Amino acid sequence: MTDDTAQIATPPGAQDAPMLRAIGISKFFPGTIALDDVALTLHRGEVHALLGENGAGKSTLIKCLTGAYKRDAGVIELEGVAITPTSTAESQHLGIGTVYQEVNLLPNLTVAENLYLGRQPMRGGLVSRRRMVAEARAVLADYGLDVDPGEPLTRYSVAVQQVVAIARAVEMSGKVLILDEPTASLDRDEVQLLFSVIRKLKARGLAIVFVTHFLDQVFEISDRATVLRNGRVVGTRLLNTVSQHDIVTLMLGRQLEAKVHDRQGGTAGEMLLEVADLGKRGMLEPFSLALHKGEVIGLAGLLGSGRTEMANLLFGAVPADGGTLRMHGKEIRVANPRDAVRHGFALCPEDRKTEGIVGDLSVRDNIVLALQARQGWMRPIPRAKVNEIAEHYVRTLDIRLASLDMPIRLLSGGNQQKALLARWLATSPDFLILDEPTRGIDVGAHAEIIALIETLRERGMSLLVASSEMEELVAYSTRVIVLRDRRQVAELTGAQITADNIVHAIADDPARGAA
Amino acid sequence: MIRSTHLPLIVTLVTFVLAFALCGSQYPSILSTRVVANLLTDNAFLGIVAVGMTFVILSGGIDLSVGSVIAFTGVLLAVILRDTSMHPLTAFALALVITTAFGAAMGATIHYLEMPPFIVTLAGMFLARGAAYVLSTDSVPIDHAFYDTLQGIYWKAAGGGRFRLIGGLMVVTFIVGAVVAHRTRFGQNVYALGGGAQTAKLMGVPLAQTTIGIYAISGGLAGLAGIVFSLYTSAGYSLATVGVELDAIAAVVIGGTLLSGGYGFVAGTFFGILIMGLIQTYIVFDGTLSSWWTKIVIGMLLFAFILLQKGLTWATTVRKRRATGSAALS
Repeated sequence: MTDDTAQIATPPGAQDAPMLRAIGISKFFPGTIALDDVALTLHRGEVHALLGENGAGKSTLIKCLTGAYKRDAGVIELEGVAITPTSTAESQHLGIGTVYQEVNLLPNLTVAENLYLGRQPMRGGLVSRRRMVAEARAVLADYGLDVDPGEPLTRYSVAVQQVVAIARAVEMSGKVLILDEPTASLDRDEVQLLFSVIRKLKARGLAIVFVTHFLDQVFEISDRATVLRNGRVVGTRLLNTVSQHDIVTLMLGRQLEAKVHDRQGGTAGEMLLEVADLGKRGMLEPFSLALHKGEVIGLAGLLGSGRTEMANLLFGAVPADGGTLRMHGKEIRVANPRDAVRHGFALCPEDRKTEGIVGDLSVRDNIVLALQARQGWMRPIPRAKVNEIAEHYVRTLDIRLASLDMPIRLLSGGNQQKALLARWLATSPDFLILDEPTRGIDVGAHAEIIALIETLRERGMSLLVASSEMEELVAYSTRVIVLRDRRQVAELTGAQITADNIVHAIADDPARGAA
Repeated sequence: MIRSTHLPLIVTLVTFVLAFALCGSQYPSILSTRVVANLLTDNAFLGIVAVGMTFVILSGGIDLSVGSVIAFTGVLLAVILRDTSMHPLTAFALALVITTAFGAAMGATIHYLEMPPFIVTLAGMFLARGAAYVLSTDSVPIDHAFYDTLQGIYWKAAGGGRFRLIGGLMVVTFIVGAVVAHRTRFGQNVYALGGGAQTAKLMGVPLAQTTIGIYAISGGLAGLAGIVFSLYTSAGYSLATVGVELDAIAAVVIGGTLLSGGYGFVAGTFFGILIMGLIQTYIVFDGTLSSWWTKIVIGMLLFAFILLQKGLTWATTVRKRRATGSAALS
């Protein structure tokens, strides 16, 4: 996987000296090595994708390049000259511009003011607004934008703002452009606008770093890709010589082996929920889904592929643009989580700290929260009943705690996750959505939660479980839906459900994937 | 071209013109150069300090110390002129240096210790007021020939209005303030800071320099307002100008500047000052109303402007959402 020939793959026509060369970059944080001897070479006129799962070190590498972090070892050469920027402002000045996923421009300023902040055209010691607007108009026309630079930035869409941010970075820096997930909040048309801008800049000879989770986009726009895993470079590849499958394999670092799935298709139970064309523009393309009683649908896909979005749409946490839901054959409306709870839905969100637990409330109160909400606050659940429910779940889920009265934030991650699960189980849902139920918890709790999913399924509950752990999905799913670039690309059933097939479907290898 | 960001400024301007016309229709003598001249003279110190406050609020901060700084400057000048033979101009320069340094120190505290401006300037308010008390607890009269000369400078307009030096100083301060805010890089950095400090930092705005500069300007202008106030009252008194910081904040907000920072105009504050002065003048003309009605009307105006700003913010977010939702690129 780390063969030397591939490591030094260079794009065709890159005989000249590289624009930027980083060698032996290391960065240590207390207790962890975030970057370990990382090398990256960028040529003029190259779009270089930087890939890796979350925590692989992409952001850290970018921050070391832009001076936001101080690297602990290594050399960065820009056009052959060693540089050590100590701030993003300094790296901008040297020639390295960065554009982030969140548009980092000021909403209260005009387009022109944003473009020229800090380097406004002056006349007689004062900022010349007229020249600033005129120059901004000319610059933005180059980027294919016909906007009024005197208008507030917020008048324009995120895509336009993104292009303005790129224009600012390029005009200020002009050598290396780092795009950190620039397409994450854009829809398809907007991505194309962005790509046309990137192609122009490539032709102008900039070295462009493109960070994204969308593999299709990587292959569409990039020349080379460097894949990071656990803070190390696992390979640099010329993209026209490899398949998406190869890249995914590099990213996940997984030995792909066929493991036969031994579960029978779980579509035997009666139909519970039918979803037709549910979607939201710019978030998730319309999808359809039929869920039977006693079925566990696994939701696979890379980060940002739309897993969480699908969970939130189903639960009404994010209102959908269109589509219908039918439960037990009758059409229902789920416009918000309250509706969802009333129809017997439950959702354990991905980020339990910010979306799930109420940290300072007791474990007991956290467990009965959803049940109480469902009953209505005017009809309090009797104290004795509350204790009974809480104790029941603490026992059955084996939640380890000192007392029911302790604030839930003091519990360990796995126990918090179980308490959160208890909260929703207490409402006896018909349909339980779990978003990354095993993220960030220890191995023991991991196995228990997987066992619990099995038990719930056997009792006739229907579940939708989003996870990035392939083996885990294989273990409990009766069907697996694969998402990529915010749309459903495959559905695997029965014996098709293997980690290998899931990875292939994620990477869209037509030879073996989409079944 | 009229843009939506100019709307609060336009509303302030229209409010002022309407209010002035309304007062004029009831008491025609309000429409005289005499009243206008007095409006400028009586509000000179408030106007000057409100220019500094505009910068502070534009950057998303607040400066509660200015009222105390005005009183401190007044007492300092009075004591110096009473006890030493220093020339008033030297004393003025000394006062400006002290107050500017005081403001800069507060700005440095806010930036480097990452403290909320509210708390830092609240401490500054107590410090300056306390320092004024230490200098003198009594009202110290200023009796100096140079003061008489300065107070005697005026331009007599047709209709008998006397435009005095301090009113002119306020107008000049507003003009310089507007140029600095809108036509210099520092001014643009102030707006950037108000739009979002984190983003401004990523865009390369020098945060420390800007924050310290903003509070230094506010402190320095409070010192200048203190000089003007001592010329206005010919005395220095440690109990004077209590609560003036709040009047200044009110003038800035009525002038259309968003209290959360980032949006507003120095010129708006000028009309905010004039509106507040006009209310006071009206009450004097009426003669039967308690002067506390000033506070009630200012309170209502403030409330109206806050509602207006909320409405505008809401309107922009709705439009923004619509813009984001549509794929069409303009």
